[in-house]
Amino acid sequence: MRGFPIALTGLALLGLASLLVGATNLWNTQLDAGMVLAISRVPRTVAAMLAGAGLALAGVVVQQSVQNRLVDPGLIGTPESAMLGLLGITLIAPGAALLVKMSVASLTALAGTAVFFLLARLVPRRDPMLLPLVGLIYGGILGAAALWLAWVNDLVQFIGIWQTGEFSGVLRGRYELLWIIAALAVALFFLADRITLLGLGEDYARALGLNYLQTVLLGLGCVAVTFAVVVVTVGAMPFVGLVVPNIVSRWRGDNLRRNLPWVALLGAVLVLAADLMGRVVRWPYEIPAATIFAVFGAALFLWLLNTRKVQHG
Amino acid sequence: MARRRLAVLAAALLALCAVFLLWNLRTPMGFILQLRAEKLAALVLVGAATGAATVVFQTIATNRLLTPGIVGFDALFIFTQTLLVLTLGGAGYVALDSMAKFLVETALLAGAAMALFGVLFRKGAEDIIRMILTGVILGVLLRGLAGFTQRLLDPSEFAVVQQASIASFNTVDPGLLGIAALALGAGLAGALALAPRLDVAALGRVQARVLGLDHDRLVLLSLGVVALLVAVSTALVGPITFLGLLAASFAHALLRNHRHIVLILGGAMMGAAILVAGQTVFERLMGLQSALAIIVEFAGGVLFLALVLKGRKS
Repeated sequence: MRGFPIALTGLALLGLASLLVGATNLWNTQLDAGMVLAISRVPRTVAAMLAGAGLALAGVVVQQSVQNRLVDPGLIGTPESAMLGLLGITLIAPGAALLVKMSVASLTALAGTAVFFLLARLVPRRDPMLLPLVGLIYGGILGAAALWLAWVNDLVQFIGIWQTGEFSGVLRGRYELLWIIAALAVALFFLADRITLLGLGEDYARALGLNYLQTVLLGLGCVAVTFAVVVVTVGAMPFVGLVVPNIVSRWRGDNLRRNLPWVALLGAVLVLAADLMGRVVRWPYEIPAATIFAVFGAALFLWLLNTRKVQHG
Repeated sequence: MARRRLAVLAAALLALCAVFLLWNLRTPMGFILQLRAEKLAALVLVGAATGAATVVFQTIATNRLLTPGIVGFDALFIFTQTLLVLTLGGAGYVALDSMAKFLVETALLAGAAMALFGVLFRKGAEDIIRMILTGVILGVLLRGLAGFTQRLLDPSEFAVVQQASIASFNTVDPGLLGIAALALGAGLAGALALAPRLDVAALGRVQARVLGLDHDRLVLLSLGVVALLVAVSTALVGPITFLGLLAASFAHALLRNHRHIVLILGGAMMGAAILVAGQTVFERLMGLQSALAIIVEFAGGVLFLALVLKGRKS
């Protein structure tokens, strides 16, 4: 774990910067600086960290389960199926509590991701580039379905909000669901060894005594809940779950249990940095973190695709 | 054989156009006809440009899955447009003559496309799936860049870009139709002029070079033609990602011919026919005004998945 305290300090410094940067100058304002911090800045900073960590961890789980490093849970239809669930519950029961909406979204996200897993079994493994492509298109189909449903019911604006993750709307009392991610992260840490076995493929995992189906479903459940929470509270952020695990595994090899804290930390750092950058580039206006991340994440993905992978022991 | 099928396709397209124009025609006839004719012209122009562009593009990519829309040509167009507004300012941009504007934008798009995709096709020719994935992600990146630069604009300048780049078949600028028709004609002529060489290029880069074709030059020329055609459709109605895939796949399936003169014409007519038929069904039968683009995306996505899975099994 050498270096981890240094990295944690880096995250803390970034968090401090995030507390101090924004449309309101804390030292020179008519508002109560403490109130601005408590209602807006602190929740926002925490939300960005939690969302980043959760999305990055979800990326690890999905990549191990389908044995493909180029798959990102944000680009295989998971957020789109969560959106479909949200749309459905909004249409059936507009007044439902946030927790109910989130549960429905989790269930549809689970179903949508499960369908992708079934598709993944049809796609031959010879070519690792094919699966992410299938995922992108599958997500596009679900997205078109969601857009159509929203169109017919005059709810297109909702889709727009769910599609671009941004943190400017995060206030005290409106982000606390994201703490579920912290609990999921702890659960994942205990599951880590089993998920490593998933990465060996179904036959090996079964031969080593793993309850394959149960483990896949547990992992999928974590991914689906994470995405439902993130989509409900801040909106979808693609590429986080793809870029972060790949960087960590290139740099530190593939010991999953040791890597998980790094993955969570790096996810938090990158998303917070994207949010911070979005606040600074066009101050005092803001650019959504997801927009910034789409540019950098896509560029990083292209680089990952077209450089030869370094093998670790 | 191919000629007869092409004639049937042309007749079907004409019949569809007639249905679109004359269905349920009521009294202020002149007014309704003019309204419908403008819309019809837009549908045909966009469909034809997209279909022809896709056929050409798929040949130089030696791949039936990639289309200009999937690799982000339209996003590149919107991105260059946004950059133009950013550098000239909203007022300066609006003051430009619309013909000059179209030409400048198309030239910028062609230059950028040649630089980006020329390298991609030359380097990636051996590893096709990697090239497709790179193309798709490049599309995501370009869309992200376009979104990012649009957020840097003033609201008033943003409105200028939005009007220029996000439109639907219901709000087509009639002033643009003439320019678009001219550009489509030029693009089609260019594509047909390249057709014999594209026949050779379809054999693959190595084979084509063995047969004495200057493949690199052909790729650049074709990308220029594709850029012109994409500019036509994006300037008129904005991006419809999967339309080209549908049009080119159906054209290949229907014509079963490898000569590009036939394929380009067939792709163009097929694209136009899909849009006109779709719009007739959705607008007249189902009363849904602008859902056509969404449905095309859905159907195109399903077709793409089917093509991928089928192609892999064999």
